[in-house]
Amino acid sequence: MNFSWDLLVNAIISGVVLGGFYAATAIGVTIEFGMLDIVNIAHPAFMIVGAYLAYLVWNSFGFDPFIAMVIFAPFGLFFGRAFYRAYHFFFERRGDESLQGLAFFFGILFIIEIGLVLIFGVDYRSITAPYIGPTFGIGLISVSWRMMVPFLVGLGMLAGIQLYLSRTFTGRTILAVSQDIEAVRLIGADPIRAKEIAFGIATASAIVAGILLLIIQPVEPSVGREYIGRAFAICVLGGMASVPGTLVASLILGVAETLTATFFGPSWSPAVSFGLLLVTLAFRPAGIFGR
Amino acid sequence: MSTQASPAYQPRKSTLVPTRLRSGFAIVLAGTILIAATMLVGSRVSEYYYLAAYTILQFIVLGTAWNILGGYGGYVNFGTAGFFAVGCYTTIVLNKLFQLPLLIDMAAAAATAGLLGLATGYLTLRLRGVFFSIATLALAIVLQTVIINWSFVGGARGVYVVRQEISGLFDSYAHLLVTLMVGLATCAVLAAWAVEKSWIGIGLAAIRDDETAAETSGVPSLRLKLIATTMSGALMGVAGAPFPYYITYVDPATAFSLAITVNSIAMPLIGGTATWWGPVVGAIMLGSVQQILTVTISSAANLFIVGVLLVLFVTAAPRGVVGIVRAWKRGRK
Repeated sequence: MNFSWDLLVNAIISGVVLGGFYAATAIGVTIEFGMLDIVNIAHPAFMIVGAYLAYLVWNSFGFDPFIAMVIFAPFGLFFGRAFYRAYHFFFERRGDESLQGLAFFFGILFIIEIGLVLIFGVDYRSITAPYIGPTFGIGLISVSWRMMVPFLVGLGMLAGIQLYLSRTFTGRTILAVSQDIEAVRLIGADPIRAKEIAFGIATASAIVAGILLLIIQPVEPSVGREYIGRAFAICVLGGMASVPGTLVASLILGVAETLTATFFGPSWSPAVSFGLLLVTLAFRPAGIFGR
Repeated sequence: MSTQASPAYQPRKSTLVPTRLRSGFAIVLAGTILIAATMLVGSRVSEYYYLAAYTILQFIVLGTAWNILGGYGGYVNFGTAGFFAVGCYTTIVLNKLFQLPLLIDMAAAAATAGLLGLATGYLTLRLRGVFFSIATLALAIVLQTVIINWSFVGGARGVYVVRQEISGLFDSYAHLLVTLMVGLATCAVLAAWAVEKSWIGIGLAAIRDDETAAETSGVPSLRLKLIATTMSGALMGVAGAPFPYYITYVDPATAFSLAITVNSIAMPLIGGTATWWGPVVGAIMLGSVQQILTVTISSAANLFIVGVLLVLFVTAAPRGVVGIVRAWKRGRK
């Protein structure tokens, strides 16, 4: 381990940039788990589906990942709504979500992963785009566009979701559902419809995050697993149902992981998120912004 | 249930074994017969059958272990592979250091994995159930990272394990392992049955149905959950202990395989989680189907089918095979 200030500053900057991307992967879990109380551990699997869809249209038609986002995010919205309807019908309605529901999501995660292996094999898939490759530097600091683009998209997505949740009627209903579902029923709003829309938004965010992942690195079917821990760690650390909390927790995790990778070696970085999660759960389950 | 007998009710004639203990007796009997059968058969059948039987027996242990906490208490453990691997690597470490008999390895594996279960439970079981589930998922990854970075046990490359000498009782190493596994599976099922019928099982069922109500009526919920987590973890660990000798080459990807976790969840849920025989039925069914599929199609396809079956059962038959059988019996009356 050779310490130098250059290395430290660069690690922190790239950690922050990485954190912006992590925010994109975690915002869906914050909505599903934090607000709707749905433990969708298949969320990262939906991400990987997004990555493969983008790969497919790039490979067949040469579409840029941003075009893929425009095509597939609405698809994610509709699919997510239908998926929630099915989940509600089979599990929430029966009160089976804690055991059977959780196993259901686990099964879905497994089916998606093995299904992708059966279709595409276990090879890494990657794409090319004008912003993948070049870097830009300010003084000693250098950041690659490959990381900067997902960072900016991630921030934009969080800002958009925060505006939607705080400014629109449906968005406020979603926030209300996360606080007191009975009260939402009493004032005459339909909590199931609000949850359905929120789940759709979360799924669309997973598709976008997956496409961002494909910009950052080559993708194979099982890379989603690493993001289960990251997304849930961020969600819990950020105080479960808070969009700004998600952003701050993402940046913390990004910096922590980059520092670990820089000073201890990249083979330790998967343990960072899970370690952070275990420590948070054990000592401060309400998260950094929790009451 | 009322204690007053209706006029039509005739108490069952007690035979050799009290009714209360009948299932336990049946489990012991089945185990003994199976062990006797393996001793009789010896090496007269192809080694393949032993390897297949070993896998199925291993999943009976894992499914039963998972069910003690997941089925009885309603707490979903996503870290089966982690506990299993702890058992595996306990054997590997002991094998490298001392060359002890396998039974001692198994005892050590049970102790290590049991302690791990206790610690995880102590840290997270006070929170809502899902946090425990997510923490177990996290635990498996943290442990895998530790093993990958630990060169003494082979790191990411994996490690070869030298099998010990076998005693004259057994014809081959596979024969020894299968006999051992029958014994282990019998003990595991017996333990699950004992938990189910005792105050622990009743308390866990109360926790599963409504934890707040259970606590209010005096069920010591944290203590019961810790007992269940420790037992469940220890059984998972002990199931992993003979595994290095079974495959002779262990790497983290095999020991921490997601297939172990998904099977240990799918088998109880497909069989039925409320009783001790549900996971056994599930393990035998799903285990046999997988063996056939692995041979006839491919191992990726068989895992795909496990996932599909899991999703189908939890949506269409949430009480598993046990539930289907019970509904059918009720229908006939």
